[in-house]
Amino acid sequence: MYIIIVGGGKIGYYLAKQLVEDGNEVLVIEKDAAKCQQIADDLGDIVLRGDGCEGVTLEAAGTGRADLFIAITGDDEDNLVACQVAKYKFNVRRTVALLNNPKNEPIFKKLGIDTTVSSTALVLANIEQELPSHPLIPLLTIKGGGLEIVEAKVPQYSAIVGKRVSELLLPQQCLITVIIDEEGVPRVPNSDTQVRAGDEVVAVCRRESEDALRAILTTPARETQ
Amino acid sequence: MGCGRVGAELAILLDREDQEVTILDIDPDAFGKLPADFKGSCVVGNGIDQDVLQSIGLADADAFVAVTPGDNRNAMACQIAKHIFDVPKVVCRIFDPIRQELYRSLGLETISPTKEVARLLKQALEREPAETPKSEG
Repeated sequence: MYIIIVGGGKIGYYLAKQLVEDGNEVLVIEKDAAKCQQIADDLGDIVLRGDGCEGVTLEAAGTGRADLFIAITGDDEDNLVACQVAKYKFNVRRTVALLNNPKNEPIFKKLGIDTTVSSTALVLANIEQELPSHPLIPLLTIKGGGLEIVEAKVPQYSAIVGKRVSELLLPQQCLITVIIDEEGVPRVPNSDTQVRAGDEVVAVCRRESEDALRAILTTPARETQ
Repeated sequence: MGCGRVGAELAILLDREDQEVTILDIDPDAFGKLPADFKGSCVVGNGIDQDVLQSIGLADADAFVAVTPGDNRNAMACQIAKHIFDVPKVVCRIFDPIRQELYRSLGLETISPTKEVARLLKQALEREPAETPKSEG
């Protein structure tokens, strides 16, 4: 695959390194001369000095034949514009943007960016796993359909502990795809699989049904009786 | 958005027409370019942050103009204004002619000072030299 990375900071550097090791053709576009030199010294001739939002630079980079275009600078506006130029001027099929402000996710999606990655949201998700008030963690948004893959831990007190999957009144278009038990063993459940306290449930559901799913997984036993 | 020379000048013109103007800049010192009798409001904040745009009531605005020195900043803010806040009139300054063309083709109203000034300069050069003193006098 030919992969272009805009931004040769720490993330860009290690990403390029890994992708080269995996056998991909990689080009890093970076404005700063010192960073360019560092990448060239360590990783070889895979760096182009320039502004990854400028048509001329992207032309020189051969953006038209890129399979994947990743914008990973520290500024969301630069990542957005670089991806939009790649997508709409050079018809790159797949664009990925790093989000520094996680709240920009819906805007980027709406403006045509295929995939967004937010380090803030990832850290937040890992913290939230420890917080009882946010039991549902979005793992992946499936493009186009409004579907998400989410994960939640079944608390000790949940009304569904001991129930079989077939007994759960899940929202429309919601499916429990994997259950990971407390020992970390993942299973694909069938209708007879019993839900146990501490299970991590991975489900596909519509974004608007998230609250309903959360309620089903975490409502305390007493409240439902 | 952007209280530089152009932003301040535009805000003053609109203010004199008794339009309700809010001007946004990340640097509080930028508002020093506005005269003491400026009636509009000055807000310190980042115009590509939805929370800031929400707090200044962008959803109720009739128009939004982005004139910061950053093309990408302007393009992002204007797309947020147009597509998220549904502002009916959005105008974006983009210096780079290539990006200006791109965003125009994506439906944004854009002005490239680079292209406009080059065009005006070329026109001025093509005029007969005798014309210049006449127009000044």
